[in-house]
Amino acid sequence: MYKILKKRILAPDICLMEVSAPRVASSAQPGQFLIVRVGEKGERIPLTICDFDPVAGSVTIVTQRVGASSRKIFALEEGESFNDFAGPLGVPSEFIHEREEILKEKKFLFIAGGLGTAPVYPQVKYLHGKGAHVEVIIGAKTRDLVIMEEEMKQVAARVHICTDDGSYGFKGLVTARLKELLDGGARFDQAVAIGPMIMMKFVTLTARKYNLPLIVSLNTLMVDGTGMCGACRVTVGGKIRFACVDGPEFDAYQVDFDEAMRRQSMYKLQEKDADHKCKIGLGNGQ
Amino acid sequence: MVNKIRVPVREQDPKARTGNFQEVSYGYNAQEAVLEASRCIQCKNPKCVTGCPVTIQIPQFIKAILEGDMPGAASVIARDSSLPAVCGRVCPQESQCEGVCVMGIKNDPIAIGKLERYVADWARENNYTTAIPAVPNGRKVAIVGSGPAGLACATDLAKAGCDVTIFEALHKPGGVLVYGIPEFRLPKAKVVDYEIGQVRKLGVKIECNVVVGRTVTIDQLFDQEGFDAVFVGSGAGLPKFLGIPGENLNGVVSANEFLTRNNLMEAYVPESDTPIYVGKRVAVVGGGNVAMDAARTALRLGAEVEVVYRRTRKEMPARVEEVHHAEEEGVTFQMLTNPVAVLGNEKGWVTGLRCIRMELGEPDESGRRRPVEVPGSEFDIACDVTVIALGTSSNPLIARTTPGLEMNRHNGIVADERGITSRPGVFAGGDVVTGSATVILAMGAGRQAAKSILEYLEA
Repeated sequence: MYKILKKRILAPDICLMEVSAPRVASSAQPGQFLIVRVGEKGERIPLTICDFDPVAGSVTIVTQRVGASSRKIFALEEGESFNDFAGPLGVPSEFIHEREEILKEKKFLFIAGGLGTAPVYPQVKYLHGKGAHVEVIIGAKTRDLVIMEEEMKQVAARVHICTDDGSYGFKGLVTARLKELLDGGARFDQAVAIGPMIMMKFVTLTARKYNLPLIVSLNTLMVDGTGMCGACRVTVGGKIRFACVDGPEFDAYQVDFDEAMRRQSMYKLQEKDADHKCKIGLGNGQ
Repeated sequence: MVNKIRVPVREQDPKARTGNFQEVSYGYNAQEAVLEASRCIQCKNPKCVTGCPVTIQIPQFIKAILEGDMPGAASVIARDSSLPAVCGRVCPQESQCEGVCVMGIKNDPIAIGKLERYVADWARENNYTTAIPAVPNGRKVAIVGSGPAGLACATDLAKAGCDVTIFEALHKPGGVLVYGIPEFRLPKAKVVDYEIGQVRKLGVKIECNVVVGRTVTIDQLFDQEGFDAVFVGSGAGLPKFLGIPGENLNGVVSANEFLTRNNLMEAYVPESDTPIYVGKRVAVVGGGNVAMDAARTALRLGAEVEVVYRRTRKEMPARVEEVHHAEEEGVTFQMLTNPVAVLGNEKGWVTGLRCIRMELGEPDESGRRRPVEVPGSEFDIACDVTVIALGTSSNPLIARTTPGLEMNRHNGIVADERGITSRPGVFAGGDVVTGSATVILAMGAGRQAAKSILEYLEA
């Protein structure tokens, strides 16, 4: 069992949890994810890693209450435990192989949508630690749903907040802010977008016009998450790739987003949590 | 006068069983077992023993059954197998022990599998255990994967006194016994959990949720955790697909995904959170045991099921019993048929499978006659789910994270028949070496590797 050391509510339906998982904490890298299970008959739920502390043996995750399984996670309190907490899974972000001298000279832009802010954080933190220049666009439907702004400001040179309703920061979608930044002359060596599939698709379409190198992190369906079932298969560069062992990060320009989005909805009808409503302004059913 | 015909085994009625996940075969009772045991002629040079990948002393345990010495029978089997209730149920006996049984030349071979199951079930039901921890020898061995190869290897090492820890990636130990083989063929709580419990009784520790290659590397097991040797029995990996148009449509799943959802995640139980989709008509592509398991599972979940196989029944790699059971239950077969495209609707969901008829040509590398397409013979099968059961390629995790470990071109670990790899101290066996095979072959490989590990540790 994996004990919850701390729980903090970040937004009405979003919470952060620090979980005791020494093995995962000591091997986690930016870009990776994990799989958790709550209850004896619980689903295997892939979650992104938000932070990790090898010394304390803890891993931080952020979840949003959207369906039956995420409600189970959200209902857990400090002192309670996850039945299972397996990871880290997936290939770490490519930049961890770059030498510090190289990273120091580079400018990165992260585009985070909603809950995608959580997995962006460890990447920004890592790059900041290596002396890279990092800016972050955080997009949310409304002010209440902007998460981790303060944490992000500690590690990013600039944080650009966008809200759909204009209740905070830039009024509009992340793609509009991205366009504004790039039109204003900002230049980046590498961009990374993490968020809902539809957001990543439109960020890709926008970034393409500027020849901005872009990585996306695909949150596909998964069952085992260890390279066994093939539920996470995506078409990248015309070939079948498996998000769990080949990804989750891929070159955005090679990804077939329409297929990936369609495949995500495969169990929508069967899901015992049919009440998923988009909380980041993408409308229902996305 | 020896009875020429084997004692038939009682089974759940085919009509009734398609509505439940309970075990199909009831196994022998005491009278039936003794009667079947009496058919064994106790060969001086028993071929059955050499036909068994783990060399169980078959005539000895059969003799013990006949003499009413059930503890003796259980002890004989336990010397060579830690999973007898599993093997009695899922081994392809017809091509192993029973396939070489002398009785089989003119009559029915002895029902060795059914007798093994009877002994193992007796031991479990009567709490008879032979699992006693050995005197520690001070050696620490790590095992990657708690499937048949890992469990067999762990058993022999623990019996020799090694301090053994199995690392399992999933949340439950058992590997393919848990995620792959369905409940109606191999009951999980009753049989699998119990036999894994027996392995634990020998002192073997099992740590779940450890994905070796990610959570910890093999190098770290040696350098930071003090293991003296590592056995890799991580099993098969990524599912193979056909490479035909439409394969990523919604409704196309690998057999691994379909079975994992149903077996490991228990999607067939209402309390399970994991969804599974079967639709009304399911087409299963493939002719192995996994294809049969997927077909029979889909049937139990309420679908009509058709199996599509490119060769004929004779070439099907599935056990005869599985094909027979599938047929009895109402699974239909399209032999000499190969899919050329998965058909879908405008929303991206499967609506059918376009197939082409095949005929058998010259034998290929596997010795089976190669199927060739009959030009112009395309036809469509209507279905809303397609399950692809074509086997698996290797999982790349350990290959990518273990320097110095030689891989073959399929990403499998190169190991000789003793389980020795290119890295000193690292041993491997089972599907991760051979590609998809059987439970018992993996167990045999695990035992071989255990022997090599003990030799390595003594050297």
